[in-house]
Amino acid sequence: MIDRIRTLLAQNPMIPIDFSALSDNASLYDAGLTSFASVQMMLAIEEEFDIEFPEEKLTRRTFSSIANIAAAVSELTAESV
Amino acid sequence: MDASTFDAKTLLDDLFDNGILFESGVDGLYGRSGTFEEVIERFEKIVLKVGGPDKATRIHFPPGMARAALEKTGYMKSFPQLAGCVHSFMGDERDHARLLGMMGRGEDWTEMQEATEVAMTPAACYPLYPTVARQGPVPAEGLLYELSSYCFRHEPSKDPARMQLFRQREYIRIGAADQVQAFQKSWMERGRRIIEELDLPCEVEVANDPFFGRTGKMMANSQRDQTLKFELLIPVTSIEKPTACLSFNNHQDHFGQSWGIRFADGNPCHSGCVGFGLERIALALFRHHGPDVEVWPAKVRHALWGA
Repeated sequence: MIDRIRTLLAQNPMIPIDFSALSDNASLYDAGLTSFASVQMMLAIEEEFDIEFPEEKLTRRTFSSIANIAAAVSELTAESV
Repeated sequence: MDASTFDAKTLLDDLFDNGILFESGVDGLYGRSGTFEEVIERFEKIVLKVGGPDKATRIHFPPGMARAALEKTGYMKSFPQLAGCVHSFMGDERDHARLLGMMGRGEDWTEMQEATEVAMTPAACYPLYPTVARQGPVPAEGLLYELSSYCFRHEPSKDPARMQLFRQREYIRIGAADQVQAFQKSWMERGRRIIEELDLPCEVEVANDPFFGRTGKMMANSQRDQTLKFELLIPVTSIEKPTACLSFNNHQDHFGQSWGIRFADGNPCHSGCVGFGLERIALALFRHHGPDVEVWPAKVRHALWGA
């Protein structure tokens, strides 16, 4: 899951962050993630995992680190099975 | 205007009946009476007096701006539902005849128009950023501007406090993060003092911009989490949902990055603005103090006309 997210985000030209240099828990905002880029990230992840983040998950915290994103995706994919 | 009934439609009708606003046939586009304008002029004088010592550079832009500048600023990413672009007929005589034929038959003729280079200004400060970017590196002490403009947002409504064409007066600070934060804090205090002088009930709260759609929800949450936007709210058409009459915004480096507004060392500048919704403030005054300015409370009259 983590690797799939890393690969997906690293490929997206709208998210100009060097993911290979970041740990799973590192803050993406500290690494330069802008609000616009975080929205692009959200859309890319929804498409990749065929999920839709509910409104309460559309927060800064959900997308603040690779680990947090993976946790949210796990939760949503588990529920939808 | 009975202060106990707060309802958008009733207030609008009262304003028409009292000759304060005039209908145009389109919701959100109204004529203003001389008295309404005088209240706004007087209020602006108070703002200028309070902000004067800061020695801002004053620029007045027209209510239209370069469409390319609106695009570059990312407005269509965030607020496509509010934007308005100006279209004009650019055809030849044959096209003109077709246009008149379509109009005559009651058909939609607007496809005969094409987008011009002009977009309606959505907020007073939007035309400023390209202007500043053209001037080269920003000095270490930063920059301060004072602007006023009619603004357009496409949100037709019976709520007189939600006009499609309205005026904003703004101060804009461009500089380092701490300079922008200090500016925002200082205007939150000064703004509240100005409104309290006018005997209007108000509260200042964390706010978010009306970003479009589900992705916008995330932008809005992020803006709130970081407490980047505050609004001074006054009950105008509703007590439960008071109207934002002033807003205090920290854009961080959004405009600095979009426009390449930088210090000499290459670091992008932060920016922030305080915006006064002039029509909304005038409406709040008429709402709370009545249609006849001659009988407004002495304190309010002194604040507006006494100086």
